[in-house]
Amino acid sequence: MDIQQVIHQTVTENPVVLYMKGTPTFPQCGFSANAAAILKACGTQFTAVNVLEDADIRQGIKEYASWPTIPQLYIKGEFVGGSDIMKELFQSGELQKLLDAAKG
Amino acid sequence: MTQIELIRERLAVLSPQTLEIRDDSAQHAGHAGAAGGGGHYWLTIVSEQFAGKPAIARHRMIYSALGELMRGPIHALSIQAFTPEEL
Repeated sequence: MDIQQVIHQTVTENPVVLYMKGTPTFPQCGFSANAAAILKACGTQFTAVNVLEDADIRQGIKEYASWPTIPQLYIKGEFVGGSDIMKELFQSGELQKLLDAAKG
Repeated sequence: MTQIELIRERLAVLSPQTLEIRDDSAQHAGHAGAAGGGGHYWLTIVSEQFAGKPAIARHRMIYSALGELMRGPIHALSIQAFTPEEL
């Protein structure tokens, strides 16, 4: 399976996936830390993928969404955005709605 | 030309009414995620061209204007993108 297929499988088989630097417990970047904190604040179970552990995923995820930065949030296989967009959606209450819909 | 001047020049295609760029690199120096060595920048941009476009589309327009700067010179970019009407 090539790396794009691996990513596709991860984001479609898990309802909420966050590609980040480090882990939710030990984030290695401020933007990733914010993204994980937002998901925690929403009370969401999510799958975290640490891109620092796999150089192919780190590069591949940028190509997958044609988005040059990390973190990246996916809900039900769909790219939602990076940390600035997550913050906006969180503050407007939209993120909670998206996450609640993904659970159902 | 400084990195900020270069960013400003690239973003001119979006005809920004306001463009504020801050270099936050010092705050992030040395952390593991920044091992590539690129800079951290913070950007507020106001442009008519964002009208009717969701945040993802606005960010993509910015990334596309920055081109290869996003693959190295800019390690991280925090973006606030508005239309004049949203201010």
